Amino acid sequence: MTNNRSKSLRGLLLAAGFIAMAAFIFTGCPSQQRMLDTGDAAQKVYVAPGEHDEYYGFFSGGYSGQLSVWGLPSTRLLRVIPVFSQDPETAYGYSEETKPLFETSYGFIPWDDSHHPHISQTNGNADGRWIFINANNTPRIARIDLATFDTKEILEIPNTGGNHASSFVTSNTEYVIGGTRFSIPYEEDLDVPIDSYSQEFRGALTFVAVDEETGRMDLDFQVVVPPYNYDLGRAGKGPSADWVFFTTYNTEEAHTMLEVNASRADKDFIAAINWRKAAQLVRDGHGSTMPGEYYHNYYIGKQGYAINDIKNGVTVLDTREIDEDFIYYLPTPKSPHGVDIDPTGEYIVGGGKLATVIPVHSFSRMLEAIENGDIIDRIDGIPVLDYDSTIIGEVENPGLGPLHTEFDGQGYAYTSVYISSEIVKWSLETFEVVDRIDAYYSIGHLLITAGDNVNPEPRYMIGLTKTAKDRYLPTGPKQNHPAQLYDISGGRMQLLKDFPTIGEPHYAQAIRADKIVDRVAQIYEMEENDHPHAIRRIVDNRIEREGNVVRIFMGSTRSHFRPDNIEGIRVGDTVYVHLTNFEQEWDVVHGIAIKGANNSEILVAPGQTKTMKWEPTRTGIYPFYCTAFCSALHQEMQGYIRVSAADSDVPLTWRTGTN
Amino acid sequence: MKIESRIAMGLAALMLVALYYMPFWTISMSAPQYPEGIGMHIHIDNVTGHNRHDLQSINTLNHYIGMAEIHKEDFPEFEIIPWVIGFMIGFGILVAVLGNFKLAIAWFVLMIILGIIGLVDFYLWGYDYGHNLSPDAPIKVPGMSYQPPLIGCKQLLNIKACSWPYTGSIFIGFSMLLAGGAAWYEKTKNR
Repeated sequence: MTNNRSKSLRGLLLAAGFIAMAAFIFTGCPSQQRMLDTGDAAQKVYVAPGEHDEYYGFFSGGYSGQLSVWGLPSTRLLRVIPVFSQDPETAYGYSEETKPLFETSYGFIPWDDSHHPHISQTNGNADGRWIFINANNTPRIARIDLATFDTKEILEIPNTGGNHASSFVTSNTEYVIGGTRFSIPYEEDLDVPIDSYSQEFRGALTFVAVDEETGRMDLDFQVVVPPYNYDLGRAGKGPSADWVFFTTYNTEEAHTMLEVNASRADKDFIAAINWRKAAQLVRDGHGSTMPGEYYHNYYIGKQGYAINDIKNGVTVLDTREIDEDFIYYLPTPKSPHGVDIDPTGEYIVGGGKLATVIPVHSFSRMLEAIENGDIIDRIDGIPVLDYDSTIIGEVENPGLGPLHTEFDGQGYAYTSVYISSEIVKWSLETFEVVDRIDAYYSIGHLLITAGDNVNPEPRYMIGLTKTAKDRYLPTGPKQNHPAQLYDISGGRMQLLKDFPTIGEPHYAQAIRADKIVDRVAQIYEMEENDHPHAIRRIVDNRIEREGNVVRIFMGSTRSHFRPDNIEGIRVGDTVYVHLTNFEQEWDVVHGIAIKGANNSEILVAPGQTKTMKWEPTRTGIYPFYCTAFCSALHQEMQGYIRVSAADSDVPLTWRTGTN
Repeated sequence: MKIESRIAMGLAALMLVALYYMPFWTISMSAPQYPEGIGMHIHIDNVTGHNRHDLQSINTLNHYIGMAEIHKEDFPEFEIIPWVIGFMIGFGILVAVLGNFKLAIAWFVLMIILGIIGLVDFYLWGYDYGHNLSPDAPIKVPGMSYQPPLIGCKQLLNIKACSWPYTGSIFIGFSMLLAGGAAWYEKTKNR
């Protein structure tokens, strides 16, 4: 009996051992496998002190509203550019010059949720001139100049609820696109019941023209479409360069509990729009003008101060009223998220986040289907094409929750997969998965160096993940979002580095550094300073009073302010300190902070003039000082302002250097 | 003088035209904070920065040690030297045309004298800037003066200053070689 039992136990153990061994032999131990081939990872990311990285990486900040700039492959943080976020470090959004950038038709909005940076393109490749980024919440698009790495322009997008499908550019930066995540009543401020959704709500897809010399944006037209959620967009390339593509979900037209109600249909759509034809229809007078106020805020002058240009009315193309077809719906499985176009412009990849496959449409087959009239339906005049006539492949076993795809230009696509937390590499020829690698954890977007270009550079890939959990030293209940750097130059993806980022990166782009480096400014030329409140020479410093408004025209140079002793300011005055930094040397900045000022410091770049608004409420002596460690005698760079009572007759005087 | 010597004299004179187009002296300064380099070029009629705004930066740095600011307007030499060079060009061409050996020697000797005067003048200015310091200087190092080297390199606090002839001086050199060669040739020929 006992013998029998021990025999069967031994048999059981033996069997278990065999099963474990078989499991190991047939599946391998993935983590150990990957550990073996990361032996040279440190060498691949090492950039020696004083050496420069090969690539600039631009990561969106998500809910931090900024854009962070990284050197790749070292993953060194180079700069954080505030865009849709006030930044007390640089006084962006606090100085009088930058405050107008945040004005909208809803008033001053100093924050937004920035998702998709996209570098301006020439012939389908990033040219490094500007980078655009969207604001999701109060719809806007910003343009950042890559000569100075600062935000030069913010354009409000009207008739839109959640500008998520933005801010992607066309091949020659003819347009930067916007798309409404929420459909809302197209006529803004319309007070209607929410359950009038299907009757009153509409979607709007926005086409913003970009001036090829200055980059200045101009809202050219909007296309009014059925009330779905428009999720992401991309412009075509090469043969499809005249087209842009938007994903949709919620074709169910739900307005409550979308996680259930918008997930019922087997297929939603990718909307393909021939933007060139749409623009021609607008030029030919097929559009109508819809009223709608929106703000266009941009810098004027050589060194820049923002103004508000308030616009009214948008040119609209309504598919219900236009007989000509310029937009088509491509049925695509299960609430597609990303829509990504391969470098040849032929493959349109949908990221069906609830789908079990990655659907790939063919652009040429789409054109054929249009030619052959393979139209299964029309929705508000928009032809719906037959799925089987546009689809060219379905990638099996992509993992759970495929979202976004980038391409290496070598015939492979890389798709981020959220739920199974991995990146899958698959062939554009066989539509089969050839490699997969873990992401830590829950990946959203991914980037490939020079990705979304006609000529991607298959060097590095970055996965932008949503939760860090145990990856780094813990920093409390809320931690920074991680990113992983992979080498994709070999046959298999190789994890090189895992690093915490800033904010909450969604999309990101990387561009070869030499496309930007030579364009980067070192100073603002003092000779070109056309700020209306600049002083041309430091000896021109002075103070002017006009009623309760006092303007201090101040200059700074190492290591003093002129003037640095000021008397005659009164409680109740509105004081503007216009500080001109006379330095003409790279990276020598001065700042000013005044005790009790309800404001941030004001940091002024060499050759620039910036203004702090200050409304003193108490009498007394107010120290001010230079906030930047500008020189050996930085700590001596200080001054005093005397504030007297409102009815005081202390004369307005200023001086420097006479004790 | 033989035709070859006269051509050489003419060329020697014309070489000096280059001085109107390029600096003949450079003072470069290196310090840890200036990986991009900083310095001055001296022309016959101007003093400029190596980079567009170097002069302003040099003046900013120099004020800490109480050195006077460097401005083109402060040097009367810049008004005179272009005329002197112009005279030497005209004189040289005249020598070439006349083919007078004695005048050629006079031209050559005058050039040497002018060169010595130039160097002495440069030294005196350097001495003046380096020693004539403001009593209000924030940085005072006992016993320290800041005269830049006449030729060569010198460490001045955190800055290594180097002073060398520059492109224009190469043309002066060629000019002297041509004129000297012509004189030598004429002299040995007549012996």
